[in-house]
Amino acid sequence: MSLTVMTLLQQFVLLLAALALFLSFVLLAQPRLVAAIHVFAWQGALVAAVTFTVALAGDASHLYFSALLTLGLKALLIPWMLHRLARRLELERHTETLARPTLVIMAAVVLVIFSYWVVVPMVAQGLAFTRNIIAVSLAVVLIGLLMMVFRQQAVAQVLGFMSMENGLFLAAVSATAGMPLVVELGVAFDVLVAMVLFGVFFFQIRESIDSLDVDRLNRLTETVEVEEGGG
Amino acid sequence: MNALALTLLTPLLGGLALIMMRALGPAGWVNLGVSALTLAGALWLALSVAAQGTVEGTGFRVDAFNVYLVVLTAFVGLTTSIFSRPYMRHVCATGRISVGSLRIYHGMYQAFMLTMLVALTTDNLGVLWVAVEGATLATVLLVSLYRTPEAVEAAWKYFILCGVGIALALFGTVLTYFASQHVVQEAEAGLTWSVLHAHAHALDPTVMRIAFVFLLVGYGTKVGLVPMHQWLPDAHSEGPTPMSAVLSGLLLKVALYAVIRLKMLVDGSLAETATPHLAGALLMGFGLATFLVAGLFLHRQRDIKRMFSYSSIEHMGLMTFAFGLGGPLATFGGLLHMLVHSLTKSAIFVTVGHATHIAGTQAIDRIRGLIRTQPAVGWSLLIGVAAIAGFPPFGVFTSEFLLLTATMQSYPWFTVVLLSGLVIAFAGLFRHLHPMVYGSAPEGQLPVQANMLPVLVHLGLVLWLGLAIPGFLAAWLDSATQLITGSHLL
Repeated sequence: MSLTVMTLLQQFVLLLAALALFLSFVLLAQPRLVAAIHVFAWQGALVAAVTFTVALAGDASHLYFSALLTLGLKALLIPWMLHRLARRLELERHTETLARPTLVIMAAVVLVIFSYWVVVPMVAQGLAFTRNIIAVSLAVVLIGLLMMVFRQQAVAQVLGFMSMENGLFLAAVSATAGMPLVVELGVAFDVLVAMVLFGVFFFQIRESIDSLDVDRLNRLTETVEVEEGGG
Repeated sequence: MNALALTLLTPLLGGLALIMMRALGPAGWVNLGVSALTLAGALWLALSVAAQGTVEGTGFRVDAFNVYLVVLTAFVGLTTSIFSRPYMRHVCATGRISVGSLRIYHGMYQAFMLTMLVALTTDNLGVLWVAVEGATLATVLLVSLYRTPEAVEAAWKYFILCGVGIALALFGTVLTYFASQHVVQEAEAGLTWSVLHAHAHALDPTVMRIAFVFLLVGYGTKVGLVPMHQWLPDAHSEGPTPMSAVLSGLLLKVALYAVIRLKMLVDGSLAETATPHLAGALLMGFGLATFLVAGLFLHRQRDIKRMFSYSSIEHMGLMTFAFGLGGPLATFGGLLHMLVHSLTKSAIFVTVGHATHIAGTQAIDRIRGLIRTQPAVGWSLLIGVAAIAGFPPFGVFTSEFLLLTATMQSYPWFTVVLLSGLVIAFAGLFRHLHPMVYGSAPEGQLPVQANMLPVLVHLGLVLWLGLAIPGFLAAWLDSATQLITGSHLL
């Protein structure tokens, strides 16, 4: 696929999407929690910028609204909520290094290759542009998943979850020129409610195990000793 | 005001009112009343569907397939709310939860019903996704309601696993929308199921194939398919028992409903390719693995609610297998199994709720002599488990028999696997059940105040469905079968 078959705007969208993917890698390896929240905010801003550019390229006016929604939610509101939670949970100086950073980054690289491999059969659909974007957004989704697996800290896991959502927004916007408005609003609502509930859970987890290291949530296994008290 | 609006607005407004309500006493009654009104709406809706064939509203579409699940959802919602009123009062009186938590409980109960009903009635795949994700959000606080470390852990696991799963389903939905862009003229209609179904043959098979894998893994997490089932036993065992009843009876079914709707699209798209039964084969594989693994896990359970949630996983596996098999006979069996499993399993969870209050624990080792202490609870548990294990004359037997017949016709060897799986599950349930209901009760074990009406109604219906399926219901299920497979059974 040569770049010359794409219009300038398409190339620009691709550049922004690639930057979002790069930020996924940064998010994965960033040990400082507050810095990771900032990286996440920038990723949200990039997704909003992609939406805005797609809106400029085609005459899809409802995408302007969608770009505004993404910017407000993903780049401002959720990072602000996470920041506030980190402050209230006294996690501002919290750092968490990955046990095997090289291995994790390599795994992320493999996921990117895998994403391209998954979309190769779609070649019949034409458009190199679309295929690239779907591969990039799938990679963002999968790296978010990887982050949730390898990070043990609850807030970092939520960051992984939210960056998965970023990948989904990216896919929806660039591959299909945006989901119908009602769906977009519904998804945004769900993400917002999920964020509020995550906040509630941070406090519940800390209350119950005195830490936010969810690896220590290990009471429920198949050989669980059943506690007193009927349900 | 039409039937659809009544069915959907009642839980919405009821839930908002219940969140606001400070008085503890009437809240349970209001919850019951709202659920009753929802059922009335659902029945009205069913009558309109019977008269007109399909009821359509803006973005909503109700046909024979989903209306039967709507009625089932509203019905189980009502009977569980009858059970939950005294049950939650008891929990509140023993000081395990605060009054504020009870308000959240009631509000979220109705929010959950709303998401279930929206997921069932909507015609838009995106809204379906939003509703199924909303169901997680509504129930996750209820799982951690008791605030024990176990409950918080279960809720976190539930939240994360289902959140991730459902995110993958959204990716599948985006891919479906992408495929529809080249087919459907109006971009906005590209996620409308009925439009997609009409154009299914034109959807690009490569894209749909990849989309279905994501959708199956995503919604399959909610169905409880192995290996994405890890959240289910925890969430069922640590939350309040009425929640276990509705999660098991309703949420799993609605997720399966989503999978079936999407399978219909993929089948249409792949019909002309080299692998026309790909979706069915995937469902059969996942279903069979789920069925067998869950049956084996039944044996090593030590917590009564965990045991019955594994039984739910096992039955969901069986239903997934049935719908994967396809064909009118297996589909009819699968639809009937959804119905009877919902009724039986929620009856069992209601009984288990009383049993744990009698014994003061969920540990199977310590629940003893239920029949001696309180015959109504003991016998209900015994009969409920006999029904769920597939004994005649109960409805579960009928549906499993239909499924086995269908398997015999198309894949005879799988019959052996299914039968041995059923025997394993049966043994797993009864080895734990026997000492719990028979035997002598521990010193000082007292009966509790129990309302056995929901259990009686549910088990009575299951018995009725086992003895003779009433004509109108058979015709109803048959028209749903016709919608899914394209041919009638009866």
